[in-house]
Amino acid sequence: MSTSRFEVVTPQRRILAEEVESVIAPGAEGYLGVLPRHAPLLTILKPGVVFFRKVGGKTECMAVSGGLLEAGPDKVIILADTAELSWEIDVERARRAKERAEKRLRERYAGLDVARAEFALQRSLARLKAAEGS
Amino acid sequence: MSNIREIKRRIRAISNIQHVTGAMKMVAASRLRRAQSRVWAARPYAQKTAEVAGRLALSPNAQTLPLVASREVKKTAYVLIVGDKGLAGAYNANLIHLTEDRLVKEGQPAGLVVVGRKGLQYFRRRSVEILKYYVDIGDEPDLSLARELARQLMDIFLSGQVDEVNLIYARFISALRNIPQVERLLPIETPSVEGTETIDYIYEPEPVGVLEAILPRYCEVKVYQALLEAKASELSARMVAMESATKNSAEMIEQLTLSFNKARQAAITTELLEVATGAEALKAQG
Repeated sequence: MSTSRFEVVTPQRRILAEEVESVIAPGAEGYLGVLPRHAPLLTILKPGVVFFRKVGGKTECMAVSGGLLEAGPDKVIILADTAELSWEIDVERARRAKERAEKRLRERYAGLDVARAEFALQRSLARLKAAEGS
Repeated sequence: MSNIREIKRRIRAISNIQHVTGAMKMVAASRLRRAQSRVWAARPYAQKTAEVAGRLALSPNAQTLPLVASREVKKTAYVLIVGDKGLAGAYNANLIHLTEDRLVKEGQPAGLVVVGRKGLQYFRRRSVEILKYYVDIGDEPDLSLARELARQLMDIFLSGQVDEVNLIYARFISALRNIPQVERLLPIETPSVEGTETIDYIYEPEPVGVLEAILPRYCEVKVYQALLEAKASELSARMVAMESATKNSAEMIEQLTLSFNKARQAAITTELLEVATGAEALKAQG
């Protein structure tokens, strides 16, 4: 079976560079799976969980808070705003962020930046999901 | 006698200075190491983003996007990135002069965005319009600051307040070298990679949508990169300056020690002479 080079970079650092068998990512129009020899593709990513299957069949995942994904025949590159591998996630912090965002959205006080609160909620959900999935 | 004491005091003073500059050099060196690794770590993302943005910008309707479309330049904004502190050799002065040159040469209205206290201190007293300023960035320019700065710059560009935005900062080459330079930020320059392979991409959503998402990120990362490089350059300049200061004080101590010994020797000689003449005189009397 052929493999792809999978790279995840954020502005701060390179998170990951590895050979993988497949990648599943939260694209702008829904989750999408990328296998080796994919047609060239460029898509915006939404906050969510990225799953990738390493050579040998072990599946791992990470949380991303949005970014871009570029796929080519032998490579998959994610330019993430932030990305955390599942075992790096601070679950407690993510849970607090989720509760905070939910509270804000529930109370909806005047002047609340709804889009921002929703974005924060999505981010924290992605983190929690990724942490569980490991 | 007072001469000897004077020299001794100076030696002690200089050796104190040497200790301080030596310590500052070590501090700058260790901070530089960290700053340098941050610069390296940030490069892959910047490269990839530039690559993707460059490829996308070739698509036909990209040129009309507000962040890309160039217009007649009536007013330019310069973003000067310098240090908050001095004692870094000519680092701050070089950048400030480069900026001033630019402002004078252009001869047309220009605004200044200053990052770093040294820049603010200099330009606050001059007849330059300061659009925004940031001080006390600290050792680790974080991404949220870069985002805020980039957003402000995009705002003043898009609102038509200025028609061009340039970054002025020192590009970090190595611990011994940095190059002050002017780099265009907005409108985004599209690399002329005509003739290179134009891969037929599938875009999700359509190309302009993707481009609209990537261009602000491209701006942010460029500002972030500039902040990191400037910080590394500053620390390397400080390290070099402190190193030469330490060396110079060692040289001074050596010279002063020499004249101290000479003065001491001269004093001893005089004393001996006095004793000898005294003895001679007594003998003559007796």
